[in-house]
Amino acid sequence: MGLFDKLKKSLSKTRDSIGGAVDNVIRAFTGIDDDLFDELEEALILADVGVNTSTEVVEKLRSAAKEKKIADKDALRAELREILMETMKKCGDTAISNTSPTVILMIGVNGVGKTTTVGKLANYFTKQNKSVLIAAADTFRAAAVEQLATWAERADVGIIKQQEGSDPAAVVFDAANAARARGTDVLICDTAGRLHNKKNLMDELAKIKKIVERELPNAAKEVLLVLDATTGQNAVIQAQEFAKATDITGIVLTKLDGTAKGGIVIAIANEHNIPVKLVGVGEGIDDLCEFDAETFVDGILG
Amino acid sequence: MAFESLADKLSQTFKKLRGKGKLNQNDVKEAMREVKLALLEADVNFKVVKQFVNTVTDRCIGEEVMESLTPGQMVVKIVNEEMCKLMGESESKLAISPKPPTVIMMVGLQGAGKTTTSAKLGGLLRKQGKRPLLCACDIYRPAAIKQLHVVGEQLNIPVFSIEGNNNPAQIAQSAVAQALKNGNDVVIVDTAGRLHIDEELMAELERIKEVVTPTEILLVVDAMTGQDAVNVAESFNKELDITGVVLTKLDGDTRGGAALSVRSVTGKPIKFCGMGEKLSDLEVFHPDRMASRILGMGDVLTLIEKAETAIDEKKAAELEKKLRNATFTFEDFLDQMEQMKNMGPISSIVGMIPGVDAKALAGAQIDEKKMARTEAIIKSMTKAERENREKLTPSRKDRIAKGSGTTLSDVNGLIKQFEQMQKMMKQFSGMSKAGKKKMGMKFGF
Repeated sequence: MGLFDKLKKSLSKTRDSIGGAVDNVIRAFTGIDDDLFDELEEALILADVGVNTSTEVVEKLRSAAKEKKIADKDALRAELREILMETMKKCGDTAISNTSPTVILMIGVNGVGKTTTVGKLANYFTKQNKSVLIAAADTFRAAAVEQLATWAERADVGIIKQQEGSDPAAVVFDAANAARARGTDVLICDTAGRLHNKKNLMDELAKIKKIVERELPNAAKEVLLVLDATTGQNAVIQAQEFAKATDITGIVLTKLDGTAKGGIVIAIANEHNIPVKLVGVGEGIDDLCEFDAETFVDGILG
Repeated sequence: MAFESLADKLSQTFKKLRGKGKLNQNDVKEAMREVKLALLEADVNFKVVKQFVNTVTDRCIGEEVMESLTPGQMVVKIVNEEMCKLMGESESKLAISPKPPTVIMMVGLQGAGKTTTSAKLGGLLRKQGKRPLLCACDIYRPAAIKQLHVVGEQLNIPVFSIEGNNNPAQIAQSAVAQALKNGNDVVIVDTAGRLHIDEELMAELERIKEVVTPTEILLVVDAMTGQDAVNVAESFNKELDITGVVLTKLDGDTRGGAALSVRSVTGKPIKFCGMGEKLSDLEVFHPDRMASRILGMGDVLTLIEKAETAIDEKKAAELEKKLRNATFTFEDFLDQMEQMKNMGPISSIVGMIPGVDAKALAGAQIDEKKMARTEAIIKSMTKAERENREKLTPSRKDRIAKGSGTTLSDVNGLIKQFEQMQKMMKQFSGMSKAGKKKMGMKFGF
C-alpha cells in the first residue's frame, strides 16, 4: 500500500466521523438557517476543533453565505472547505527541511509517540539516500534508550546514546559532534516527554536547543512538536508553551489511524500559525506521511 | 482567554450571579451558556455537556431557586451537586479477590501510561501490605518489557515475562501460576497499547481476560484526551466490561474534561489518578474533590490529607506554639521547608489552595530552585545565627553568601522576607487564637 493510500485510508476514518457529521447535518437541512450553522459548529467542536475556532469558522461561513448569497448546501460545503483550507495553508511551508546538514529536535508531552516517530523519520530519510544519526536524549523514561536502539536497528542508522539518567544535553552535544565528524546529513534527537507546565523541564529543552545552535550553527534546524491526534484543547496550550521554550517549526500529528479526528491542528493553525508537517498513521516503520493540507481538509469533508 | 481554567470561568460567571438578589430565567440561561462553554473548552464531550446543562437548567428554573434568598449560591450548589453526581459521589476502592491472587488488567490506547501506571499501582499496593507481581504482556512496542523490568527493579517488585513468547494470554496465565507458587497476592497485567477499533488486538484482550479472569480491568486514559474519549471508553467498555478507570497526566494543566466524559458514558468509576513522573505519584481519585476543584472551591481536602501524612504531629504542635508567640526562627523555617518537600512539588500543593487560581500561578512560577537556594542560605548559618537573626552582622552575611554560593543581596532578601513573615505571624496570632490551623502560615517563597 502506498503512502498516499495509507493516508487516505486513515483519513477516511476522520472523514467518516467529521465529514460524516458535517454531511449528516447538511443533508438533514433543506434550507440554510441558523440551526444549520449551529449544527455545523457542533460538528466542528465534536472534531476537537475547539469552541473558539469553531465559532470563528462558522461566523466566517455565515458572513460568506450572506455576502455571496449562498442558498444551497453544496455551495455552503464548498465554502466551508475553502475556509478550513485557508486556515491550514496560511501557516506556511509544510515541507520538512531537505538540506544537508539538518538537525531535527523531537519534542512533546509524554506518550504522544516521539520515539516511534524518530524511528519512522530515520527510515524516511534513509529512503532518500541520506545518512542519518539519531541521538537518544530521552535519558529519563525507563528503557527509552533501548526502545530507540531497536528503531535505529530497524531503520539501519547509527545511534548516539549514554546510560539512563545521564544529562540529555550531554547526549545531544556528543551527537552533534559525531554528526559533524561523520558528515551526517540528518541528525534526529529524541527527547524525554515532558508536560509543558514543568518549568525546569522546559528549561532543559531550551538548553538542548541552545547546544544544537552552538554546535551545529550551519545546519538547518527543525523543531517538531509531536501531538497525539486524540488530544483535546490542551494541545493548543502545549503548542503555545513549547513554542516559548523552543521555536517550533512544525507539528507531527500522530495516531491519526484511530477514530480521533485531529481537528485540534486547525485550532493551532488558526491561533498560533504552526504548520503540520508529518502525519503518523500506524505502528509500522513506513507509517509516516507528509502532511498535505488539501488532502487533509478534503479528507475531513469527504 | 485560552489560559483561564474552568474554575476561573465558572467563578466569574457566578460572580455575576452572586451580585443579584433574585434570578430570572435569562440569568440562568446566561450562566448556563458560560457553563457550557467552559465545559466544552475543558474537553467534556459535547453530548455530555448538553445533557448536563439541561439537567442543571431544569433544576435551576424552578421555584426552589427563584424564591430562595441567595439565588446565585443556589445555582452554584446545584451545578456542584450535578457535577458530583456525574463524577460519582464517593471514591471507589480497588476490588480484592477473596481467592488470591487478585488479577488487575491494565488496558488502553498507546501512550496513555499503562506501563508506568502498572508500576505505580504495584508500589501503592505493596505499601498497603500486598505482595504484587507485575506481568509484562506488551510484546509489540520495542523495549516495553524491558521498561517494566526497569521500573519493577526500581520499586523492588518482581516482574514476570517470557522471552520470545508472543502469546500474551499465555504469558498472563503463566504469571498467575507463578504468583500462586510464590505467594504473590496481586498480579498486575500490563498489556500493549491498542486502538479501540483494532479488532484483532481487542480480541487478544478478550482472550487474556478469559484465561486469567481478572478482578479488575482498568482502562488507562490520558487526562488530556479530547472529544474522542467517549468513543474510546465506550468501545473498551463494550468489549471488556471494564471495572474502572485510571486518569493519567493530571499533573499537567489540562482541565481534564475527559474524566466527566468517560464517567458519563461508561458509568464506571475513576479509581486512581496519575499526578507526576515519580513512581510514587499515583493517588486515589476523589470524584467529589475533583468536582469542587473544577468548580473553583479548591481541593482543600487533598491538601489537608497531604499535610497530615507529611507533617510530624509533634513538630507541628511545637511550631504552632512558636507561631503564636512569634518566636519562629530560621531553624523552624528550614524545618518547615523540609516537611513541605515531603508533601511533593510545591506547585501541586499550591494548586489545591482555594482562591489560588491557575492564572495567578502562571505569572508567579514557583521556583523550586529558589527554594533550594533559600535552604542553602539557612544551612550556611551557624546554629546561633539561625536562632537569633540579630547576630547577622555584615561580615557574617558575607560569609553566609559565600558559603551558600549566593550573593549578599540574596541573603539580605531572605532576611527581609523572614522579617515580614514574622510580622505577619504576630498579626495572625493576635487575630485567631481559636484557629488550630497547621497550614495557616504563608509560604515565603
